[in-house]
Amino acid sequence: MKIHEYQGKEILRTFNVPTPAGHVAFTPDEAVAAAEKLGGSIWVVKSQIHAGGRGKGDVYHPDTRELIMNGGVKVAKSLDEVREYASKMLGNLLVTIQTGAEGKIVHRVLIEEGVDIRKEFYAGMLLDRVQSKNVMMVSTEGGMEIEKVAAETPEKILKVTIDPAVGFQTYQARALAFGLGLTGDAFKNGVKFLTALAKAYDALDASMFEINPLVLTGDGRIIALDAKVNFDDNALDRHPDFAALRDLDEEAPLEIEASKYNLNYIKLDGNVGCMVNGAGLAMGTMDIIKLAGGEPANFLDVGGGASAETVENGFRIILGDPNVKAILINIFGGIVRCDRIANGVIQAAQNIDINVPIVVRLAGTNAVEAAEILNNSGVKFMVASTLKEAAEKVTRAIAS
Amino acid sequence: MSILVDKKSRVVVQGITGGEGTFHAQQMIAYGTKVVAGVTPGKGGTEHIGVPVFNTVREAVDVAKANVACIFVPPAFAGEAIMEAADAGVAVIVCITEGIPTKDMIRAFDFVKSRGVRLIGPNCPGIISPGQAKVGIMPGFIHMKGNVGVISRSGTLTYEAVKQLTDIGIGQSTCIGIGGDPIIGTQFIDALRLFNDDPDTDAVVMIGEIGGTAEEEGAAFVKKHMTKPVVGFIAGRTAPPGRRMGHAGAIIAGGKGTAAEKMAAMKKAGIHVVESPALIGITVAKALKLEEHGQSKPKHAKAAQKAEKKADQKKAKAEKKADKKLAAKPVKKAEPKKAKPVKKAEPKKAKAVKKVEPKKAKPVKKAEPKKAKPVKKAEPKKVKAVKKASAKKKS
Repeated sequence: MKIHEYQGKEILRTFNVPTPAGHVAFTPDEAVAAAEKLGGSIWVVKSQIHAGGRGKGDVYHPDTRELIMNGGVKVAKSLDEVREYASKMLGNLLVTIQTGAEGKIVHRVLIEEGVDIRKEFYAGMLLDRVQSKNVMMVSTEGGMEIEKVAAETPEKILKVTIDPAVGFQTYQARALAFGLGLTGDAFKNGVKFLTALAKAYDALDASMFEINPLVLTGDGRIIALDAKVNFDDNALDRHPDFAALRDLDEEAPLEIEASKYNLNYIKLDGNVGCMVNGAGLAMGTMDIIKLAGGEPANFLDVGGGASAETVENGFRIILGDPNVKAILINIFGGIVRCDRIANGVIQAAQNIDINVPIVVRLAGTNAVEAAEILNNSGVKFMVASTLKEAAEKVTRAIAS
Repeated sequence: MSILVDKKSRVVVQGITGGEGTFHAQQMIAYGTKVVAGVTPGKGGTEHIGVPVFNTVREAVDVAKANVACIFVPPAFAGEAIMEAADAGVAVIVCITEGIPTKDMIRAFDFVKSRGVRLIGPNCPGIISPGQAKVGIMPGFIHMKGNVGVISRSGTLTYEAVKQLTDIGIGQSTCIGIGGDPIIGTQFIDALRLFNDDPDTDAVVMIGEIGGTAEEEGAAFVKKHMTKPVVGFIAGRTAPPGRRMGHAGAIIAGGKGTAAEKMAAMKKAGIHVVESPALIGITVAKALKLEEHGQSKPKHAKAAQKAEKKADQKKAKAEKKADKKLAAKPVKKAEPKKAKPVKKAEPKKAKAVKKVEPKKAKPVKKAEPKKAKPVKKAEPKKVKAVKKASAKKKS
């Protein structure tokens, strides 16, 4: 689960991870009020979207696509500038390297106090899948994309592995802080920062922390100037309070709809919708559509069961996407019988007005009976028995 | 033969009284798996679907002699269930549960490793050695006893591959669903190693997907050590970056873990990579044919592995014969008679096999029309190999 920067920072503060003072604002007026509340003479206005690269992104008018402003993060030297930047960001489209060309509408901005930056570093935590353990990484190359640092100057990344039996240790924090070249108070603050960060990661069931940049201030403090905080989706039940952090504006409307039916749906840009049971087979089916000359319009895993109801809901979600020109249903009936699924498909097709060709491939238990049921249903299905045949029929369906 | 589970497997089902546990325990029993115990804390001393229920896995091991645990425990408690099984002394743990918090799995993985126990999964369909034991939720009937090993991160995509194999008459030694989570007990590299050492596996199918680098590590192993042809597929070439494609582990993160990278690494390692999942079955058939003509092995490994391979083939030949007999007759009936001579006699195997041979000729031909040819062609070569290898052994 992704959350906004301001939410991440609010949570980190409760674990004594230092961050700049700041407030979220939904309107230009709120932005000015937030700046007044913070005091001082310099503020940072930061667009809040679930994507990185905001500082180097560009703000466009959502309809005309006219360029409004370079940069989705701005330093304001007066309250008027705070208002100006907030007005230009809010309600407009921010396009960054991570959002893709379609960009994201900015609905919230974070107003923060200006910080006297002496040095920029990087700190991050995540799961190392090769070791099956969490790692903490730091780098002197603050503000750069860590993937780029890893590719070009891997020696500038320091990494420690956290032993699951004992957790993050202070000696590890010291090693990293020394590695960053910190001394004196800055060193002490660095050790404290990293220790607090590790504690928060564990307590929050986080799946990723990225503090980029982590900064050393003029007065020797170590603070998180940015904070990317992701939570482990599998652990959300343990943190019911996280539900309030969900921002539906950041999710595709069809995906929100699908989540209500417990369907695992991801919208894509293609023209062939697909409905599959099992994530691996669903990905494989998307690949088949591509090989058949189409482009997958979605990922949809209806789960192991695939009842008539889930199939019907799946149809609704897929057809909610106007780009869909054909649908491929690929269900491997193992424990579930194909004839039952076939009846479900027919029932769903009759309940919903479907005006695109549907290729149905049911394999496994009672597949032959299922094909017969589909062929005799009066609904125009293109029935396939193998994956290969399904692909060929999809190609034909797109062409027609 | 097979890997990890076989006729000797005695399964304890953790969470047997739950809905999933009940249903799939019944399915396993119907397949012929020896489900000797169930565990549900607080229900010890009762019986459920004809299986004795214990309070702890330890009791199931002590009293019912369970050696394989199969876990159907809800995600919040499954990490702990894995640790309980590992501490109780089973040899293999199969965790079906999907959605275990990563923090729990990091601990459980570490714990299991420290106990030297083999964990399969979590978030997997389980493992099946056709005709011997099914420990998991896969539909048993699509499988067929034979000599191809299958390793996959997926569930239904594995069934798809298995069905393609069975439909063209290629049976499987063991099919293992390693799971779709970022932390899993058994990786491609582990399963590949087991299949490489299994004399009854002639070829391996590995089905990967986007996310992580497990396929690359598997490919490196294939390049260095694998003596058998490997056919591979990677799901998710069309998956967008940064999105979790159903499986918790199926995500392209920071530009890493793409299907293209994985396929390239696998091709480099000499793996037969298929572009379409529809072509897995026939590609295995082709690879087996090439293998027979000595064209399919990774070139690099050839010389160093010759000796090993010959020894393997010797075993393979002996056991293949035995197994063919198994496959041809109704499997379950044949089991008691055959199980004993083959396994007890392993060092002496040749003899045991010879005794059975006369009876075997007929059933083999009937049962395996498609497969019979490659096997027979290969045999002359193998005979030589066997002789050499056995000579070495004596010396």
